[in-house]
Amino acid sequence: MGFKEKILTKSIYAFHVSSGSCNNCDIEILDCLTPRFDLERFGIVLVGSVKHADVLLCTGSTNTLCVPRIKQLYEDMPKPGFVVAWGACGSSRGMFKDSYNTGAPLDEIIPVDIYIPGCPPKPEAVIAGIKKLLDKVNSGK
Amino acid sequence: MKAFEYLFQFLVFPGFLFSAAVGLLAGWVDRLLTARVQWRKGPPWYQNFADVIKLLFYKETVIPAKVSKVIFLGMPLLALAGATLVSTAILVINASPKASFLGDLIVIVYLLMIPAISLMLGGFASRNPLASLGASREMKLMLSYELPFIIAVLVPVIKSGYAIKLGDIIMSQSVNGHIIGSASGAISFVVMLLCVQAKLGYAPFDIAEAETEIMAGVYIEYSGKALGIFKLVKAVMLFVLPVLMIILYFGGIASDAEGFVRNIFQYILILALIVVIKNTNPRVRVDQAMGFFWGPVTVLAMISVALAYLGW
Repeated sequence: MGFKEKILTKSIYAFHVSSGSCNNCDIEILDCLTPRFDLERFGIVLVGSVKHADVLLCTGSTNTLCVPRIKQLYEDMPKPGFVVAWGACGSSRGMFKDSYNTGAPLDEIIPVDIYIPGCPPKPEAVIAGIKKLLDKVNSGK
Repeated sequence: MKAFEYLFQFLVFPGFLFSAAVGLLAGWVDRLLTARVQWRKGPPWYQNFADVIKLLFYKETVIPAKVSKVIFLGMPLLALAGATLVSTAILVINASPKASFLGDLIVIVYLLMIPAISLMLGGFASRNPLASLGASREMKLMLSYELPFIIAVLVPVIKSGYAIKLGDIIMSQSVNGHIIGSASGAISFVVMLLCVQAKLGYAPFDIAEAETEIMAGVYIEYSGKALGIFKLVKAVMLFVLPVLMIILYFGGIASDAEGFVRNIFQYILILALIVVIKNTNPRVRVDQAMGFFWGPVTVLAMISVALAYLGW
């Protein structure tokens, strides 16, 4: 693990992409920043602009209207950047798999690095997922 | 040889490297205190260094389509140059008051505006509606806090016998006692603290980068190196403004060990006051900020000037 990987894993700016989610996952993202779990102690901050982001947290069932936006956000993100599929819908469209307006799951639209399953994922699951992401960055991808 | 000395002073000590390092550490103190106020653990001490190194060296810099590259990428550098020049000037003058020249206080007040102005121009140049909104808010905020700031600066000038020289202000304080000890000094210190809060862009005056309303405001299109440089500007300002207050109100940075430790405590005290104000106040609207600065704060500043003129 070199210096670059060390720095990249110590400072993570996360940007929240909601593509038709039911808000549960979005609230769980905020829960992770609350005093009980406090992701800021690992250097994880939620940022307002995708141009600052290192990680896209994608929630929701990726409906057809959102697909071009997700693609554009992924291209706007400065590289190296990572994508987290958040929740059951983000990972696989969940119960909306056969819906008329959810054409493709997230990992067929943009490359996804890790999946955090759950409906919504508990903060413990999120921390475990973040650990997987850090291990992936450390191994040099 | 003189040129190398100046270059060293500007780039390493007490200029860029030193003030940025202290400022980033101060930024960590800010984040730690914020976390403790919110009953969290907070990030480790190297957090801000990791953030800036990541942005400066390992991230791509995305330039939006059709922007003027010179202005978009030049403004962060101009802001950094302005902030660094202030830190160099005030620390060099503090170390040897003879280096002070007539009107250097005016130069410093002007140089302190450069980061805000370049932030504004950078925001307008980035062709983003939210950035323009943030830049126009920054402009209104600047108009509001500069008036009481300049009036408050007059108090140390009057108290030290109408000296518009930082060196003379420091010298007269070592003879007549610190300016904060007098009634007018204490009032203008409070005014200065509020203006510094707005200059740093901290809540309740973080209108220009209000995350919940206009995302990151002026910073919204900045990424990679340019954003990292703006973070460094913030760090340098977080170092410079409290140090300027120490020089104007607490008699400058002392050269002996005991005085230096006292200076560190004064710095931490000012920093803690700023952070506590930041954490206990909600964001105000831009018209409220303007009303606040042009109303009660300016009146307070004028009262302090009148008291200083009467010799209190």
